[in-house]
Amino acid sequence: MTRGLPIAALLVGALLPAAVQASSDPERVVVQDAYLELRSGPGRGYPVFHVVDRGADVALLRRRTDWIKVRDAGGQEGWVNRSQLEQTLAPDGSAVTLPAPTPEDRTGHRWEIGLVTGDLDGASVVSVSGAYALTPTLQLRGDVSHLLGNFSTGWLGTVGIAHVFMPQWRVSPFVGIGGGALHVEPKTTLVEPEDRTDTAAYAGVGLRGYLTNRFLLQAEYRQFVVFTSRDDNEEIDEWTVGFTYFF
Amino acid sequence: MDRGLHVLLLSAASLAAALVAPSARAQDAVGQGAATPQVVEPQVKRRDVHPAAIDTENFEAGLFVGTISIEDFGASVSYGGRIAYHFTEDVFAEATIGTAEAGRTSYEDLSGSADLLTDSERQFSHYDLSIGWNALPGEVFFGGKRAMPSAVYLTLGAGSTRFAGDDHFTVAIGAGFRLLATDWLAVHLDARDLAFDSDLLGKSKLTHNLQFTLAVTAFF
Repeated sequence: MTRGLPIAALLVGALLPAAVQASSDPERVVVQDAYLELRSGPGRGYPVFHVVDRGADVALLRRRTDWIKVRDAGGQEGWVNRSQLEQTLAPDGSAVTLPAPTPEDRTGHRWEIGLVTGDLDGASVVSVSGAYALTPTLQLRGDVSHLLGNFSTGWLGTVGIAHVFMPQWRVSPFVGIGGGALHVEPKTTLVEPEDRTDTAAYAGVGLRGYLTNRFLLQAEYRQFVVFTSRDDNEEIDEWTVGFTYFF
Repeated sequence: MDRGLHVLLLSAASLAAALVAPSARAQDAVGQGAATPQVVEPQVKRRDVHPAAIDTENFEAGLFVGTISIEDFGASVSYGGRIAYHFTEDVFAEATIGTAEAGRTSYEDLSGSADLLTDSERQFSHYDLSIGWNALPGEVFFGGKRAMPSAVYLTLGAGSTRFAGDDHFTVAIGAGFRLLATDWLAVHLDARDLAFDSDLLGKSKLTHNLQFTLAVTAFF
């Protein structure tokens, strides 16, 4: 785990110059709304301190979520909501768009990432999941889970496919199948600790619902069959709930 | 009787007139339209649209240092890294990793008996994945002319702590204060509780490990 620290430090070091260099040559647009409200920060909770009239031109400096930092001709800088800039035109008259998620993206996106927690046969689960949409209804999925039980800990990695029945609906059921590997380490306080790694397959059902245009709440039940080296295969249940975001 | 018949005929005639008149007018209009050329010629011109060339900065990464009070093992220096993605102005997801070296319990110091843990088991490493909510956006004023945007946020997440040779499922509850020193550089003050079940001292109990940190992060 401590190995991650130098990586994080490198990441920050590599990215700082990029952040500094940003907005070296900002794009300029002409305001088409009646006026722009400039706020002191990127959010509706920050106060409006300046107004730019229709017809004035502003420079687009940077964007954070739905807020765009602009600079007007007088040098005043402030944050404007995307909705006020939807009608802006470039100086040559062409329209400039600031893309935002719409309900149509439910069937048009490719990548999803999720943070998941739950229970696998009595052990707590912390996982990161990713999905790639092959078609709007068919997803290629992968999950990496950390299993934390009272008597053992371990890792579970799976790859599978999921079928989302009605991706255009606000709430849609889905089913999935897949397989992977399960690694279990009994806790050190137990008498005969014996690590083992087995392959596993699962079938699952779930429900996903959109909280916002890009943010889903996803709940899933999976039944695993673990192919052990002993005489019996083991059947275990997993219940999870998580937040999913798509790009 | 005679009068009744008149009324009936009159109403029938007026009804017929009312029904026929609009369709006759409609026919006239169609006839005229076909005869004369179109008055307004539609000028269909493709509108030139392009997405704004703008830098979107929804990721935030940085390093933190502070102190963590490991239950029964005293307070130690805690350091690590965090990376966040801002979904909306209100909600973000955050991954945190950190490490600390646990101290000695009072029992170990006073009893003079063997140590409970080896040096490697004293390493306290944790990670968690959290969802955060910017509850209180605001501004901090420095003197009369300078103001910096700030936010107080709450986080809730799950993760794992490796301590005393075992991994423990950990619930991380936190509150923090973020100050945007510049548009891309932020300073955080965080207070977090890393809670997990530990059976290290024989009996399983829920331990609370309070962490106070100062972080510097960059948006990109």
